Amino acid sequence: MIVAERKPMEEILQMIAPYKKVLLAGCATCVAICWTGGEKEVGILASQLRLARGKEGSKIDTVEATVERQCEKEMVEELRDKVKGVEAVLSLACGAGIQTLAEVFEDKPVFPAVNTTFLGSPEGEGVWLENCGACGDCFLDRTGGICPMVRCAKGILNGPCGGTRKGGKCEIDPDKDCGWVLIYRRLEKQGRLDLMRKYYPPKNFRAVKRPGKMKAIKA
Amino acid sequence: MARDFRETLKTKDFVVTAEAAPIKGSSVERSLEHIELLKDKVDALNVTDNQSSVMRYPSVGVCLLIKEHGGEAVLQVTCRDRNRLAIQADLLFAWSRGVRNVLCLTGDSIDVGDHKEAKPVFDLESVQLIHLVHTLNSGKDMTGNELSGGTDFCIGTTATPSADPIEPQLVKVQKKLEAGVDFIQTQAVYDLDELKRFMEFVRKHDQKVKVLLGIVPVIGAKMAQYMNENVPGIFVPQYIIDELAQAPKGTGINKGIEIAARLIRKAKEDKLCDGAHIMFIGKEERVPEILEAAGLL
Repeated sequence: MIVAERKPMEEILQMIAPYKKVLLAGCATCVAICWTGGEKEVGILASQLRLARGKEGSKIDTVEATVERQCEKEMVEELRDKVKGVEAVLSLACGAGIQTLAEVFEDKPVFPAVNTTFLGSPEGEGVWLENCGACGDCFLDRTGGICPMVRCAKGILNGPCGGTRKGGKCEIDPDKDCGWVLIYRRLEKQGRLDLMRKYYPPKNFRAVKRPGKMKAIKA
Repeated sequence: MARDFRETLKTKDFVVTAEAAPIKGSSVERSLEHIELLKDKVDALNVTDNQSSVMRYPSVGVCLLIKEHGGEAVLQVTCRDRNRLAIQADLLFAWSRGVRNVLCLTGDSIDVGDHKEAKPVFDLESVQLIHLVHTLNSGKDMTGNELSGGTDFCIGTTATPSADPIEPQLVKVQKKLEAGVDFIQTQAVYDLDELKRFMEFVRKHDQKVKVLLGIVPVIGAKMAQYMNENVPGIFVPQYIIDELAQAPKGTGINKGIEIAARLIRKAKEDKLCDGAHIMFIGKEERVPEILEAAGLL
């Protein structure tokens, strides 16, 4: 799933400062699951904005709407009537959703209320972990299903750097695991450490020609 | 004139190198002082590459100064700030200007330095970099194109014998050895039993590679405790911390020098390794004292 986090309130307030009527558009998919941009968070942000603007003496009207997937034009179309009635849109979807909405409603200013941070999955209650870099050249068969491109802070392919902290933690953050220690332990458990002993040449960082574009192959 | 480092590694029983950290800025006077002071006392000066991810005068710049002043230089190359094109180009430049030794490193994380918002590169890492240098040495670039004039670098790398857990690190060391290196300099080691265990592992896989014991003098008990808590891959044993704590006020640095010299002397006498690499950053002018106390001058 795509993980995002809310932008700081001051930044959001600054973006929408010139507008008196704004649509807050949520997305019920990834950003709803990571507690950032679903129906509930749209409601919370709307009341926070009204409160803040009320205090400033520049009242704001908020309209709330959440679509199933903001990254699909057909679903975003459902918002057309609501968009018509506002001066600007504040999207709580991921970057893909925000851009889809901005494209469908080209004549309307669209602003991001969240920062899209990574592709990942829930690690526990309220904690999400990055685990895919969408590199276009999957390496997981060689690493016991743990991606060194993102689980290692340096994204390196031949084992840990010299910065591993005591107990197998990362050089840059003692709260994060060293990806390569995780890979070692997984492969050891599976009796497949020979995979880690192999040399892996430099990665093809152009496996996806950016900007990425994929056409479905019809059967 | 300094001797060719590859030759020194082959012929000398106990090789000694010292780290030379470039200054932050363009005034190289202090580097020149260190070069003059140390070039004839050590077998090579090893120049860091934006050490600790702090932007500085380039490694290759100081290497050229060392060559110009009759010393032997080891160029440190990290993969943090340059992609594969830039690294190859810089290596060709260094070779064309007389730099003959390269130390292959992955590089510290951007997060520990002074430009924390920079884009980290890590297009390659240390093992791939070692392979890359061999490729340039064979007269080709990484994609197999013929070079008009290749290189013949003597290749070194690093290892962390005190890492916890050690096993994943040793897998990487093995890959470095298989890639082919002339020398390894270790991260700071204070427990010589750790060095012995590391040497046993290395010798199982490579009989020829020269291993230089990494020496970072600890100049006080507090510094030692700080290092144990904050510097990955470093472990200062309690008896050394106690020794430093007992040193009279203001003499910590002398005690640190004494301990460093003792480690080197012991490693040399017991033939535990092939040399030492002294990293006394910011206190380069006191490196000769370590050498003297270790019986290396």
